[in-house]
Amino acid sequence: MEWETVIGLEIHAQLATKSKIFSGASTTYGAEANTQACAVDLGLPGVLPVINQQAIEMAIKFGTAVNAHIADKSVFARKNYFYPDLPKGYQISQFELPIVGHGEIEIQLTDGSKKIIGITRAHLEEDAGKSVHDGFFDNTGVDLNRAGTPLIEIVSEPDMRSSEEAIAYLKKIHSIVRYLKICDGNMQEGSFRCDANVSVRPKGQDELGTRTELKNLNSFKYIEQAIEFEIERQIEVIESGGKVVQETRLYDPNKNETRTMRSKEEANDYRYFPDPDLLPVCIDQETIEAIRKELPELPEAKRDRFIKEFGLSEYDSDVLTSNRDQAEYFESVVNAANGEAKLSANWVMGELSAVLNKSNIDITQSPVSAEMLGGMIKRIKDNTISGNIAKQVFEAMCNGEGSADEIIDNQGLKQVTDPGAIEKLVDDVIDANPDQVKQYQQAPAEKQGKLIGFFVGQIMKKSQGKANPQQVNELLQEKLK
Amino acid sequence: MSLNKSDIDKIAWLARLSISEEDTPNYLHDVSNILDLVETMNTVDTENIEPLAHPLEITARLREDKVTETDQREHFQKIAPAVDNGHYLVPKVIE
Amino acid sequence: MHKKTIKELSSALQNKEFSSEELVSFYLHRCELHNADLNCFISLMPETAIKQAKSADKKIQNGNATPLTGIPLAHKDIFCTNGTKTTCGSKMLDNFIAPYDATVVTRLNKAGMVTLGKTNMDEFAMGSTSETSFYGAVKNPWDIDRVPGGSSGGSAAAVAAKLAPVATGTDTGGSIRQPASLCGITGLKPTYGRVSRYGMIAYASSLDQGGPITQTAEDAAIMLNAMAGFDERDSTSAEKAVEDYTKNLNESLDGLTIGLPKQYFGGQLDASIESVIQAGVKELENLGAHVKEIELPNSELSIPAYYVIALAECSSNLARFDGVRFGHRCDDPKDLTDLYLRSRAEGFGKEVKRRIITGTYVLSAGYYDAYYLKAQKLRRLIRDDFRKALEDVDVIIGPTAPQVAFKLNEFIDDPISMYLSDIYTVSVNLAGLPAISVPAGFANELPVGMQIIGNYFAESRLLNIAHRFQQATDWHQRSPEGFE
Repeated sequence: MEWETVIGLEIHAQLATKSKIFSGASTTYGAEANTQACAVDLGLPGVLPVINQQAIEMAIKFGTAVNAHIADKSVFARKNYFYPDLPKGYQISQFELPIVGHGEIEIQLTDGSKKIIGITRAHLEEDAGKSVHDGFFDNTGVDLNRAGTPLIEIVSEPDMRSSEEAIAYLKKIHSIVRYLKICDGNMQEGSFRCDANVSVRPKGQDELGTRTELKNLNSFKYIEQAIEFEIERQIEVIESGGKVVQETRLYDPNKNETRTMRSKEEANDYRYFPDPDLLPVCIDQETIEAIRKELPELPEAKRDRFIKEFGLSEYDSDVLTSNRDQAEYFESVVNAANGEAKLSANWVMGELSAVLNKSNIDITQSPVSAEMLGGMIKRIKDNTISGNIAKQVFEAMCNGEGSADEIIDNQGLKQVTDPGAIEKLVDDVIDANPDQVKQYQQAPAEKQGKLIGFFVGQIMKKSQGKANPQQVNELLQEKLK
Repeated sequence: MSLNKSDIDKIAWLARLSISEEDTPNYLHDVSNILDLVETMNTVDTENIEPLAHPLEITARLREDKVTETDQREHFQKIAPAVDNGHYLVPKVIE
Repeated sequence: MHKKTIKELSSALQNKEFSSEELVSFYLHRCELHNADLNCFISLMPETAIKQAKSADKKIQNGNATPLTGIPLAHKDIFCTNGTKTTCGSKMLDNFIAPYDATVVTRLNKAGMVTLGKTNMDEFAMGSTSETSFYGAVKNPWDIDRVPGGSSGGSAAAVAAKLAPVATGTDTGGSIRQPASLCGITGLKPTYGRVSRYGMIAYASSLDQGGPITQTAEDAAIMLNAMAGFDERDSTSAEKAVEDYTKNLNESLDGLTIGLPKQYFGGQLDASIESVIQAGVKELENLGAHVKEIELPNSELSIPAYYVIALAECSSNLARFDGVRFGHRCDDPKDLTDLYLRSRAEGFGKEVKRRIITGTYVLSAGYYDAYYLKAQKLRRLIRDDFRKALEDVDVIIGPTAPQVAFKLNEFIDDPISMYLSDIYTVSVNLAGLPAISVPAGFANELPVGMQIIGNYFAESRLLNIAHRFQQATDWHQRSPEGFE
């Protein structure tokens, strides 16, 4: 039988606010346990929540970016259950009236095809704390620093039909939230998390199969593997005459398998009801419009503009716009390089990217500013330096030795373009290597191209790389005839 | 409204309250009586009436995104039943 | 000294007739003397009180005093007081030293008041008799075989017995007004949102409201001046500016229109109480008021609607008491479930558990619409009834409670009868309106309170009416035997 997979994703993105969604405690990651958990986060008796305006605005930003309806009235509700990392015995979330209603985004697949994925809703809620299972003997330690960090939960329609589509959707949302600067997108630190609802059904059947919910998916790779494993598992269960059980399954990356966490029978009755400590959030049309106007250019629009405006390839544009900081850096480079886009793209995606990767830093922390890099590219373009010398200059810039112009000046790296000087270099090398000259002249035309490299190399060495390679080439060919 | 023992057991579990076998009939009796009282609500037709969650029907005032709280761990953990190395302790949780 | 109102005490302090330290020592002594009989205090705080009194004396000396500086008070043990035990009448919090002050406490401290101690109450404010406390029942100073009402029974008994000139209380369904009525004193429940709920341990968040319990309406006005006001820590706190509640106390009542709800009289109302209220209304007519009969058609349904909403909210509000971060924790929990089940079963008393269970039930899957949503719809009807009535009349008057103080243990195993006794008070909380209970006479030698309900934020008008009434009557000056 042919099977069709149906996937829906629930994404939890931590919002990049300074303080928590309902308290004035800091949201900084990595602090010592419970040092960023104030009375409200701890759920001490008598304390009360007050909504963070920034969290509301960030949710509206997301909603407008995915063309969703923003609710003029949304309500916070309590989701009641007991767990040690949930200090109040309820999570403040949204249930009946979420802030973001139905929206959609377009994804692109590797074969170039496009697909629309629906977003059912997105709501605001508070994150829970963390349980630490090691280091406390027979106990579990509870750290509530994360409790109260604002989250936006983005629920998709069950529109995805393969792990590839799921990953494309996830990456798209990931890039949108980072473009909007509402989430840092860090999956390792848990600021961008995902649960997947997976089911299979015979191809052609309308009715959905029984789904399982996969948890603990903290990298794109794991998500893909977990979904792949789960699809196989479900098909196998059905084909061997069994039934898929509706349950929550945990992905184990070490064994690359999913296993039962809890079944529906044990599912909680969350007893949602409007939080009486909070009043409805009302958002007027003007506020939404003001936020919409200030939305940054989103990845898709940026990519299309890069293709059109800079004449870049689709691939280059995709890579450059995959992250807003990088795209902005690139544009600044082009600006500083008097509009030289292709060369700028090569440098940003090539040398710069390699340096950043090597020191594992973000482009915003780049040792070479966009203006500096653009300044250097300008010098390549106007023939002040060659591409090879540029690598030397770039390295010096990385080491903080100054701007490209300063480095070129200080180290005397200016390219030699004076025809007389180049001719002298060429003549000297020809005179010093009569054997090679003879060999070149006797070689068939198709081999000469390779042999001429020897002379170029010698000349470059002699000029310490500063001779203009194009001029050298032309003159050599002339003189060796 | 007639409740039975298993209803009480289920609710007590949701509320994480252990109730002894001998107390269950009392709770069953009292809660059933309260629900009977509550059901007098059904004498009024409330079709098309919008629920009222809050007496004043005003909207939320939002807080500026500012860090206003400082670390008070030591102060707060003085009243905690069990802590170790800054963590609150509970019996081992198996996931 | 103890016969003085806070208004009188304040001028005595200003005139240096005695110091705050002398005043506070006097009251502390009185508390120690009588608390064994009445059980109205859970904790007395002699050391901090003397310290506060000394600092108040300095302020008076330096001319930095407010009308409340150096005046002793008692806080209901539901308000968190930094560094001192705050129990909410529960074993669950028997070991809870609050790590911060409630906003009400902060404001009254700032005004220079001195805290004598924390008063006894129904556990987590769940009760109308102050018998459900882990620390034992409070006794009514008018008859120590009777209850003082609840849940702010400790505060009411303390003020009635003059163990404190004034006390704070909270009112979710009548918990300030009903004990004030049963103890023959004045109790004001302000408009929902007028007094900050921050640091006031929540029973039912959409209904809870703090307020003063005093001897006179004038004292209540002075207290409200200090207690009321916007608090950025409470999302439900009203941003409306606070007026000087003492300013209009003496306004004439000429032209005042009083509404008497048809539904409040007759029926289960005790005839002796009805006649006290009618006499009270007559008194106000003598002062220039007109009377009009009004309708509050859904009155009777306020009891079921109130209990559904209050119990649902309480079941969630009390989930934080889990033995993990503070409060009672059972010995040697064998696993997490055991920790929850036993800590909560041991920490909470019977009435609290009854309410948590019922509240959990009405919110549970399949029942939400029939109970919780239905109650919220009725809440709107009940609120609209008041709104409509208050278009035609300035205030609504009726009894505070359908009976005088009941005997101890009378209702302990009959929750329904206890719930039904809240008939005149709970609807006011559902609507969020302000209301005051003032002593209006006696029935069977026990005090009877008259309730005056006003429009939103009309506390000033209520206090004016209550004050004029007290100028014309002396019910509020009567003292129980043995506490004169």
